[in-house]
Amino acid sequence: MTKTFGDGMLEVEVITGRTLNQGATVEEKLTEEYFNAVNYAEINEEDFASLGLQEGDRVKVKTEFGEVVVFAKKGEVPKGVIFIPMGPYANMVTDPSTDGTGMPQFKGVKGTVEKTDENVLSVKELLEAI
Amino acid sequence: MHHMLHIKNGIVIDPKNGVKAEKMDIFVKDGKIVEEGEISKNEAKVIDASNKLVVAGGVDMHAHIAGSKINTGRTMRPEEMRVVRLIANKFRTAVGRVLLTSPAIGYEYAKMGYTSAFEAAQPPIGALHTHEELDSIPMVDKAALPVFGNWHFVLKYVAEKDMEKLKAFIAWAIERTKGFGVKVVNPGGVEAWMYGGNVSSLDDQVPGFNVTPREIITSLVKATEELQLNHSVHLHCNRLGVPGNYETTVESIKLVDGIKNDSRQVLHVTHVQFNAYAGDSWRTVASGAEAIAKTVNAMDNVTIDMGQPIFGHATAMTGDAPFQFTLHRLTGSRWSNKDSEIEGGAGIVPIAYLPKNPVHALQWAIGLELGLLTDSDKVVLTTDYPNGGPFTEYPYIMAMLMSKKMREGELERVSPFVQKASNLPAIDVEKSLEEVIHMTRSLPARVLGLPNKGHLGVGADADIAIYDLNPLEVDTSNDFEKIYKAFKTAVYTIKDGNILVKDGEMVDEYWGKTYWVDARGKADMEAIKDDLNEFFSKYYTVELQNYGVEERWLKKPERIVI
Amino acid sequence: MAETVNVVCTFCGSVCDDGQFDTEKFKSKKLCKLGSSKFSEKERIKAPMVDGKEVSYEEAIEKAAEILVNAKKPLLYGWASTVNEAIRLGVILTEKVGGVYDQCASVCHAPGTLAVIEEGLPGGTLGAIKNRADVVVFWGANPMEAHPRHGMRYSISAKGLLIKDRKQRKVIVVDVRPTKTAKLADEFIQIKPGYDYPIISALRAIISGNADAVPDEVGGVSKEKLIELAETMKNAKYGAVLYGLGVTQSRGRDRNIENAVKLIQLLNRHTRWVIWPMRGHYNVVGAGEVPAWEVGYQYAIDFSRGYPRFSPAEFSAVEVLKRRDCDAALIISSDPVAHFPRAAVKHLKEIPVIQIDPFPNMTTLVANVVIPSAIAGIEAEGTAYRMDGIPLRVKKVVESKYWSDEQILERLLEKVEELKR
Repeated sequence: MTKTFGDGMLEVEVITGRTLNQGATVEEKLTEEYFNAVNYAEINEEDFASLGLQEGDRVKVKTEFGEVVVFAKKGEVPKGVIFIPMGPYANMVTDPSTDGTGMPQFKGVKGTVEKTDENVLSVKELLEAI
Repeated sequence: MHHMLHIKNGIVIDPKNGVKAEKMDIFVKDGKIVEEGEISKNEAKVIDASNKLVVAGGVDMHAHIAGSKINTGRTMRPEEMRVVRLIANKFRTAVGRVLLTSPAIGYEYAKMGYTSAFEAAQPPIGALHTHEELDSIPMVDKAALPVFGNWHFVLKYVAEKDMEKLKAFIAWAIERTKGFGVKVVNPGGVEAWMYGGNVSSLDDQVPGFNVTPREIITSLVKATEELQLNHSVHLHCNRLGVPGNYETTVESIKLVDGIKNDSRQVLHVTHVQFNAYAGDSWRTVASGAEAIAKTVNAMDNVTIDMGQPIFGHATAMTGDAPFQFTLHRLTGSRWSNKDSEIEGGAGIVPIAYLPKNPVHALQWAIGLELGLLTDSDKVVLTTDYPNGGPFTEYPYIMAMLMSKKMREGELERVSPFVQKASNLPAIDVEKSLEEVIHMTRSLPARVLGLPNKGHLGVGADADIAIYDLNPLEVDTSNDFEKIYKAFKTAVYTIKDGNILVKDGEMVDEYWGKTYWVDARGKADMEAIKDDLNEFFSKYYTVELQNYGVEERWLKKPERIVI
Repeated sequence: MAETVNVVCTFCGSVCDDGQFDTEKFKSKKLCKLGSSKFSEKERIKAPMVDGKEVSYEEAIEKAAEILVNAKKPLLYGWASTVNEAIRLGVILTEKVGGVYDQCASVCHAPGTLAVIEEGLPGGTLGAIKNRADVVVFWGANPMEAHPRHGMRYSISAKGLLIKDRKQRKVIVVDVRPTKTAKLADEFIQIKPGYDYPIISALRAIISGNADAVPDEVGGVSKEKLIELAETMKNAKYGAVLYGLGVTQSRGRDRNIENAVKLIQLLNRHTRWVIWPMRGHYNVVGAGEVPAWEVGYQYAIDFSRGYPRFSPAEFSAVEVLKRRDCDAALIISSDPVAHFPRAAVKHLKEIPVIQIDPFPNMTTLVANVVIPSAIAGIEAEGTAYRMDGIPLRVKKVVESKYWSDEQILERLLEKVEELKR
């Protein structure tokens, strides 16, 4: 169930994964193309509207493990789920605990998403923020 | 490294050359056994072998030591890998209980005085993987037998009775896989497994093809003989692991009645213990070893190997995928399976042989019965590693074959079921040291078609083992503990003239050769060109041009052109 | 003169071996978007560097050897995008320096390896699927984005021995979102994130005749739908479950796969089914197979005692970094700075890092020693294992000034041996 907080904040589950563009630029990590391939979140259309978002707006995604600002995009995800392509932006908020398996929980991390005026950091700025 | 050796005063047993425990010297130069006059005595390194047994290095003709099967076994069974044998120092670290890492395989063979080992089932499309692992096994010479009995090309040519194409295909496949000979695993049965079935006799129709196991076996034997490959067809019979299967084994052996080859058998039937069960259920199961041994003894063109189980841990891994599923259902244990393009399949299941388990004890007894009742010139000593257990227990089998007293002691600790279901307790045969040396050296070398292996005659490879055992003094019936201990670790293991082991400790690392057979000159290779193109474009997922292994990718290839 | 040659693609686990490459124009044909990007000109690391200063290969390797030999416990990580010949040297190098060997599967499909330890892997090659599978289930896998030609060559529209037409195969996608692959499927079953395990349990219950125990809805899927899926599975002649990171990276991880393997075991009592992971990098399989034969395990291997110990909870790269239990790192053909959670990346910023890679990436930004390498499959040859373990030799089709990973590691191993003497 999607809970709405005051000030247009939504409780969501964050999932990550490969995309064609992420893959096609993965060997060019320090380029604009890679930056554009991994710096956004896909949000369900209804959630997108309820957050008062327009294409090109930025959102802040927060989890227990960190926060990150990314561009907001309408996407075919269920309500209450946001998808961030695998990469440095997603990894600011993924769950590093591996439960003894060595594998962090890259999919299904509880968090919140809200509209923000803050900038999307460049890949290099992101590294400094770690 | 010394390029000349003078092995002095050893007691030599060399069955191929008729040497029966004689005190004599052996001379080595440039990796070969030579005449005394070939070496200069003051340059040669002298090894004092006084009162010690000097024999050719052991030849393991059937073990699963390399490729996707054993490696999946390692992955599936980390509990197998936790036994530490060697900490990294001058040598690589070596680990493993029964399943061993590649370095450990080479090291353990060398310590035991074995200098050659053959991978017994190479999935053709995985050939490169098999060779990568063989190239990671130090110390020994090696080779691999690609698997043919369910490969669609074979089924097609057998159905069409096209011997010329079958021959060309075998030559093509052995060259592409850098393989050594023709392995056949449950012919037709693995193809039936693709539909969830198996075959239950030599005359079942293979689904999708108008052929039977009988036709597959006889056609492959005929083609192999016409090509005159070094090694004969190497058959894992149908109905493995099923009570009553000994009849199918006998029937399979008789298929080659009348086919002749002057230098070797025309059919080698492998790990026969698993195919030597009488009875019609696990309740009524009994030994069928005697009937098989009689059949083999009565023929002059068939050899077998034992597939002796060793009590303790083992891992069943075969190209017989339907059998592996049956075993998984029987034991409830982990199960890996691999259906392989249009070539066949494979499976892996952990197992442990327990002396008090009636069936396991019977399997143990049947293996020994086969070893004892079959002519020593026709049965090779194997455990079908790791199916029957570790190859490192070959000395146990050697000692058991030579001592009834040892067997009586062992029979006391196993399930009494053996007393009624097998003849082992009644067998008085005690093999001689010479026979057991033959079964582990000269015989497997002859079966494989390797004239320079398994003996110490002039011109042979200088693969030599020296054991702390004086054959002129030892009482093999009673000194079984001494025998076991002596064969466990060699005093010297010499490979191609290099001393690898001294006093049971490794002193040098060495990389042996990989043999492969090139028979392309014996067949019309053009005959199968169109079929290859068609099958690869329709049924394969790799391009024909990218299929196979080039010689230059191997560490030390040795091409045998026939 | 322009020349078009056959290439074996070194991007994803599909390892398509039917690529065409124009060595003059540096352009490929037949490959997908990912493969074409692989076989195109990109920015490279120009020269070996130590602390940002360009140096020779010899100098960079010497420095790298010093770092490794002086470290108490270095982490050697990556390996999934290089060839087996390099991986083998890497395993031996890790053994020599008493470090930790880990590879990309650790943050990808390694939970599947843990499931193999529990239950095995009843599988088949991609050719077996292409030839025989009349039902294919993609579970938490999206090949249209991660392995774009997989469907065409092996699994969706691929034709073979028994399947002569796309209509003869039913393709089902189970996922949390309607992926590109879901759109090509005959059926899409949308599940709630993290509910793979109970859904698989429900299928097992239905197939073993215990449908009564299944509630009306499991993980967002109705009982009717589950019964229908179970029937489809039972009635298949030859089925294949191909699973992806949707299963390995979400709640339950290795237990999800274990449960799925149990489902396959059960289905084989009725008909034929296989299960296989959709492995990501072109040689991530080799990065596990090579250490398995050399030292017994696939990943998360510690050599600090001189022999291998396997424990993902302790020796996986993420755990080692989070615990700050390594004092240097060698990263090869991988970018953990971009792909690890930030808690793990933090420690990488604080220790000496050696990078071997053809391309600059985020790890380059934290590396003290950077050693550029030839691109395997274009500028260097070697063996790689397709996702189903089929070995293929990737080719060298272009001359390069860069050293191959194999050459670099061979020299590095020699240097380390010299320094340790």
